[in-house]
Amino acid sequence: MNLEYGPEHARFRDEVRDFLARNGHRAPHASQRAARPDAAAVAWQNLLIEHGYTARSTPKEYGGYGAEPDILKSRIIAEEFARAGLPGGLSNQGISMLVPTLLELGTEEQKRRWIEPTLRGDIVWCQGYSEPGAGSDLASLRTSAREEDGHFVINGQKIWTSTARQADMIFCLVRTEAEAPKHAGISYLIFPMDLPGIEVRPLKTMTGHAEFNETFFTDVRVPVDQIVGQRGQGWFVANATLGHERGMLGDPDALENRLLALIRLMQEERIGSARAIDNPVLRDRLVALQAEVAAMKYNGMRVLSSQLKGDAGGMAKLIVKLQSCELAHQISALAIDALGEMGILYADSPRVREGGMWQWNYMFQLGLIIGGGTAQIQKNIIAERGLNMPREPRLALAAAQGRKEVA
Amino acid sequence: MDFGLSSEQEMLGDTIRRCLADTCPLDHVRVCVNAGSAVSDRVMAALDEIGLTGLIVPAAHGGLGMTLLDAVVVAEQLGRAVAPAPFLARSVLAPLALMLAGSAAQQAEWLPRIASGAARFGVAIAGIVEERDGVTVRHDGGRLSGTALFALDFEGADHFIVADASGRLHLLAAATAGVEPIALQTIDATRGVGELRLTGAAAEPLADDGGLAARRLRDAGRILLAADSLGAGEAMIEQAVAYAGEREQFGRVIGSFQAVKHMCAEMAARHEPCRALVWYAAHAFDAVPVEAALMACHAKSHTGEVHRFVARTATEVHGGMGFTDLLGLHFWFKRIGFDRQVLGGPERVREEAAQLQGLTATAQ
Repeated sequence: MNLEYGPEHARFRDEVRDFLARNGHRAPHASQRAARPDAAAVAWQNLLIEHGYTARSTPKEYGGYGAEPDILKSRIIAEEFARAGLPGGLSNQGISMLVPTLLELGTEEQKRRWIEPTLRGDIVWCQGYSEPGAGSDLASLRTSAREEDGHFVINGQKIWTSTARQADMIFCLVRTEAEAPKHAGISYLIFPMDLPGIEVRPLKTMTGHAEFNETFFTDVRVPVDQIVGQRGQGWFVANATLGHERGMLGDPDALENRLLALIRLMQEERIGSARAIDNPVLRDRLVALQAEVAAMKYNGMRVLSSQLKGDAGGMAKLIVKLQSCELAHQISALAIDALGEMGILYADSPRVREGGMWQWNYMFQLGLIIGGGTAQIQKNIIAERGLNMPREPRLALAAAQGRKEVA
Repeated sequence: MDFGLSSEQEMLGDTIRRCLADTCPLDHVRVCVNAGSAVSDRVMAALDEIGLTGLIVPAAHGGLGMTLLDAVVVAEQLGRAVAPAPFLARSVLAPLALMLAGSAAQQAEWLPRIASGAARFGVAIAGIVEERDGVTVRHDGGRLSGTALFALDFEGADHFIVADASGRLHLLAAATAGVEPIALQTIDATRGVGELRLTGAAAEPLADDGGLAARRLRDAGRILLAADSLGAGEAMIEQAVAYAGEREQFGRVIGSFQAVKHMCAEMAARHEPCRALVWYAAHAFDAVPVEAALMACHAKSHTGEVHRFVARTATEVHGGMGFTDLLGLHFWFKRIGFDRQVLGGPERVREEAAQLQGLTATAQ
């Protein structure tokens, strides 16, 4: 057990702290971090790229900082930004999912054309994966693309396209080979959102807000070369990015910060003359969550250490999405319980606490438990990949067929 | 930066694991338990050969001079094997008491004897966690009176470290006049626990340190119980997964049903982060003293909750067989139950964690 980062990384941490102390005042406020970044957010993003605090290992020729990948330095950056309470670089699906996909599987021309403006916040993307009939079973998607004089003609519907209203571009899974088995008939296309035939409708959720959209395609024409990978390989291209998404949804710093916010809430909220935290039942639940957050924090350090040795992280990594989302949800649930009757207040109500943030979190985090691979799908993955348990008989058959046909 | 066990610690774990696989299969555990003993001479002899009795005793006193994290590695393997093998009190807490609060003369007298296995200690500090049945231990002029409950590694102990009501530790020979040792029957027959009824028993006091050493013992004990639970929990998950992969119903192995698969995934998902938590708690005990007590509380309470879930769920995966004595799954179930309660159950320990952080009204 050695938790020292060593002199080189200690110096690096000092540099990051120094940078934040000198430049922190230039960071955009949380309210400015909308889907489409404003001038302040773009300026902050450019400053961070210039210093290598975001897009750190993206090559220089594609607009990144061009440093050697160093997991520990990335971790130090995340820790120091979280500690300073300052936003890191832009975080959207274009940056977290499309850019890594293009770096891995895009053509040289695609990399040069799309990565830099995406990193700089000039191009906003949305993700067109899920469909009303294709959620957990994503590979059964039906949005079709038939080829017609050098174009794909797209028809169908996507759902959960979170930034579709603000997006300039979409990366989208479509069925190009109608006759092929489901995993082998998919292609990964990229195209503008202002093409004729695209309609975006806001999708209002239980929170009362429209955090997502539905996107409809009617005879949308996309040149056939706007494809990542080959025709029929879209499933594999998409899987490269799904890994990045799951990596995103389990940030131990975020859990720790939420827990600290909960402790503050429970110390400030009064029940008569006592504080909410003086209620022994509420306090017991708080400390139980604190232990779980600590466990996830050290589990994260353990995974990080495995990755430093070139190991994927095994079971300790597989369980992160399931456990983190559940834990975040429980933290919000306790906040609502600590608020008692005040816990029902929402939106702009008189007496509302923190803008109804805890209720919104409680509902939205339920969405996160479901999204990005439902809790049940996560459990299948843990059981099948982590514990080597048998797959569902019919699924096992279909997957084996899919593999054969693609090969 | 390397969060995890060193290669030496990995090796230590492997060595103990192989040693217990050879000397302590479930059949052997049954033999000991049926004979009414929580101490297997065969297992103890094998472990002594590895030097476990002197694991944390400084080299100058004939031991290996290792850390609590090393002891955690051992405790996990003992839990995994449900080994009837005194370790927690005999090989860790007792030498720790002498190292923390013993005089130079006491250390020189006792630590080499602990390291060689010549002196076998039990430890009774339950009273500093919570007073039960109104009994305590009073110290008056080198003599102890009252009752010390839940002496750990009681069976086979010829000496005890006992905490009095003020938290001061004393060294007591079991054969002294005025000591009546009474064995207690617990759910976990692989651990020997007892109480000491004391009537003016002559004892050697350790340093009068305001209970500091006793609290360190409590923290170390909690971390080791959590580690034991980690090993026992992992063994239960492995058995459940293996059973689900063999047992057929409705023409399929039951492990291919999602209902069963998800039970196993939930156990694994809750269990896995416990490992990092227990490791960090031991590391804090060794190297970050300011965090040690809190992390010991977190590790103890969290593993207590998680492994209660694992114990019942792994039993359920085995269906009716899990409930029988035939498979012996209950040995792990009971081991986990013991680990959860001893030195403070989760609620008690969480209340302490709240106090340590100044979160309670009285602490304001």
